Amino acid sequence: MSAEAGTPIGSPRRDRGSDALAIRHLSTDTLDQARQVISLYPEPRSAFIPLCHLAQQQDGWLTPEAMRDIAGLVGVTPAEVLGTASFYDMLHTEPVGRHVVAVCTNIACLLNGAAELLEHAEASLGVNAGGTTGDGSVTLEEAECLADCDQAPCVQVNHRFVGAQTPASFDQLISELRTGARSEDIPHHGTLVRVRRSTGLQADPSLVAAERAAMAEAQARRTEAAEAAKTAPDGARGSS
Amino acid sequence: MAVTEAPKIITGRLGYPDSHTLERSLATGGYDGLRRALTMTPEAVAHEVDTASLLGRGGAGFPAGRKWAMLRKNPVTYLVVNGDESEPATFKDHLLIERDPHQLIEGVLIAAFALQVTQVFIFVRGEFALGLERVQAALNDAYAYGAVGADIFGSGFSVDIVVHPGAGAYICGEETALLESLEGKRGFPRIKPPFFPAAIGLYGEPTVVNNVETMSNLPWIVLNGGAAFAALGEGRSTGTRLFALAGHVNHPGVFELEMVKTTFHDLIHAPVLGGGIPHGRALKAFIPGGVSAPWFGPDQVDLPLGQDEVGAAGSMLGSGSVVVMDDHTCPVRASWRITKFFARESCGQCTPCREGSGWLERIMARIETGYGREQDLDLLLDACDNIAPGLSWPPQQTTICVLGPSIPSSIVSAIEMFRDEFLVHIKDEGCPYE
Repeated sequence: MSAEAGTPIGSPRRDRGSDALAIRHLSTDTLDQARQVISLYPEPRSAFIPLCHLAQQQDGWLTPEAMRDIAGLVGVTPAEVLGTASFYDMLHTEPVGRHVVAVCTNIACLLNGAAELLEHAEASLGVNAGGTTGDGSVTLEEAECLADCDQAPCVQVNHRFVGAQTPASFDQLISELRTGARSEDIPHHGTLVRVRRSTGLQADPSLVAAERAAMAEAQARRTEAAEAAKTAPDGARGSS
Repeated sequence: MAVTEAPKIITGRLGYPDSHTLERSLATGGYDGLRRALTMTPEAVAHEVDTASLLGRGGAGFPAGRKWAMLRKNPVTYLVVNGDESEPATFKDHLLIERDPHQLIEGVLIAAFALQVTQVFIFVRGEFALGLERVQAALNDAYAYGAVGADIFGSGFSVDIVVHPGAGAYICGEETALLESLEGKRGFPRIKPPFFPAAIGLYGEPTVVNNVETMSNLPWIVLNGGAAFAALGEGRSTGTRLFALAGHVNHPGVFELEMVKTTFHDLIHAPVLGGGIPHGRALKAFIPGGVSAPWFGPDQVDLPLGQDEVGAAGSMLGSGSVVVMDDHTCPVRASWRITKFFARESCGQCTPCREGSGWLERIMARIETGYGREQDLDLLLDACDNIAPGLSWPPQQTTICVLGPSIPSSIVSAIEMFRDEFLVHIKDEGCPYE
């Protein structure tokens, strides 16, 4: 989108704020979810990571267009979105396959043959760790500990645990992924949380604010009472 | 005695296949602790937790009651629950999040009531897709049941809980990095002291950050009293704790054990626990508390599973994860892989950690692959000394957070315990185990 007429080129805040950037890429459904997520936080920027996940759910990876929209939604520049997203392993700023297959090779898995499994995976898929197969179906990743160490060597597909794998079961898994036999339990890459928040405080925000002020006041009174009890002679202490 | 008759405080429900549902939770006493707490004053609830002397289960082992006491003088604005479990070989919070989300939510609500907080964020590691779905579904059910939201169970207390997914960064397990991440920024730890999250936390407001396991203990503590919890265990290590056992054992898994009463030997060998080392092999070394902890040898296997006991022996109980290495394990390869992890996960703010981890990883790699030099061992120790001066335990710190000083642990341990094997790698120009 071009800068609005009258906005000086190079103005540092030219692209900031939801008014400056029209949402052009995110679908209506994604946008609805994004707005709901933003409303959950005291500051819009806190919704940054959930919004990136939503964008990945729509596109499979974090596209420059989506990052531009996210920038508009949370009130930062697109460069800040890229700069922040690049910090996180799960946010892919370059295209990945439909299935991101992560093989953990950290200590507990290493002791249980993970390095050999990864070697097999590389040979069998014909890509090095970090690469995507020619048909775009699988991206292979060497992962750090995935916290499923009693199922070693641990493998995740699109961040869903598939249990300990042997070279044979790994090949079986890949062929099932390619034929779509696992699409029920393993959605395409980017879909992280399929359960949507169905409810909220179910109360007027101003009511909550008033309640909160009342609670702070009550707490101050209790603190005062506790202080008074401390200075009072023994036996005068209340039960609370 | 390998296992005491201590009650299962946080794993009691996990035997049921539907342990994550509201129905099962309610059928097995779910939300009773919250109902009890709501009949008490917030101070009384906090007092019970203080009496329990519940040590934080995230890794640092700071007493939860004391953490709260720091805040009770001023109103707290936010409670943040740390479910970003990423310490290698630690998988206890994963279990609690996926298998008993209602227990977690109940604990969170009790803590929120004790601290009089109305906004809670549960930060769940992004890689736990199922865990995120389970917690969100449980939260939806809990709202519908009236346990969360406005006017909980008619008590007049209101609280909102938001489940926040992470996006894959080990450093976000560090509480100030987690807060940065929750503010939508890169997960860079903040400088502290002087200001801990208790003073300046999320959005600059006073914030309590507690671990998932710590929260999950609260329903039981409120129902049974802090004194009953403190009666379990020994000394400062009270109650039960989850120990994650992995590596070369017949039955890897998470076990809830009374603190101090069980030894590492029992954990590894008892038939109901680890079940011994496969193929009848001997123990070579074990890591007592996550990869940030220095290693122990077979002569320390009779130490009890207690925070102070392990600390006095020169390591830490940390996140409660024990990694067992049998006598066919290459110590160079094991410590190289751990170093590679830190090199990958260093956030890059502090030079000793960012540069040091990369250099150490490359030196370790060249020793393992047969290109090492004899002076490399001293070089490794020198570089480690630059990150954690003196190589003492607990380590000195040259960095903003404790990721830096954690890097030398495995390297120094491996060199101290297995110097001859490093020399074999260098002399024979390769790994003798391949």
